[in-house]
Amino acid sequence: MKIILNNKSETFDNDHLSITELLALKNFTFKMLVVKINGELVRRHEFDKSVVRDGDEVMVLHLVSGG
Amino acid sequence: MSFERAAEISVYLKKYTVGIAGCGGLGSNCAVALARAGVGRLVIADYDIVTIHNLNRQYYFHDQIGRLKVHALRENIQRINPDVSVKAFDLKLCTSDIVDLYSKCDVIVEAFDKAEMKYMIIETVLTKIPDKPLVVGVGMAGWGNTNFLHCRYSENLIICGDESSEVSESLPVLAPRVGIVANMQANEVLKILLKEFKPVDV
Repeated sequence: MKIILNNKSETFDNDHLSITELLALKNFTFKMLVVKINGELVRRHEFDKSVVRDGDEVMVLHLVSGG
Repeated sequence: MSFERAAEISVYLKKYTVGIAGCGGLGSNCAVALARAGVGRLVIADYDIVTIHNLNRQYYFHDQIGRLKVHALRENIQRINPDVSVKAFDLKLCTSDIVDLYSKCDVIVEAFDKAEMKYMIIETVLTKIPDKPLVVGVGMAGWGNTNFLHCRYSENLIICGDESSEVSESLPVLAPRVGIVANMQANEVLKILLKEFKPVDV
């Protein structure tokens, strides 16, 4: 499948991935992540069951402390 | 006559309200920039008091140590621009406060220090008041690397910062980078508020 991840086109062998699987493949190992699929926020407890499919647009933001 | 255009902009901005969540390095500097530009109303919230350790980057003065940040910041804003109405809330913001205090604002600025609080406000705004623009500051610890600071847009969520440098014992937050990010946030707020601004041709 081909998706847009953080404004960049990315291709994966899988035809779908859960958010948890996608984050693992991309080595997003951080705790504080904001994730959207096609503009909709995915809450943390939904990462295992939310599925990314071909053509989806995914936004991942890693929150760090400081301000 | 650039001062005339600036005055016209500040008259235009008078009708807008901006909510600022947190009055530390991001919030105090962002509020001051918006007050100088002429934003009519600011809704600020924080539970903390000014300490000597804040003065390396936050918009407070030595003689304000020990005072509530929201009161000290309101005073500083009014010394800069007495036309700005400042609503100051001395509280540690939770989900329901964010909806109560900020749902009537035109734009919300996230200015917390802790990642968990940043998550809380992002989740709250995106799920409970999703049409509200939210400008967040993520990643500004340390010094140098000015070119890593950027803005990223994801619908109504605007992200300012380098998205990576986290505050730690060895990497403090210092005035220049947090000031840049706070002013980037203020700049994004102005971009939203001035979207339909039509200058009078001179």
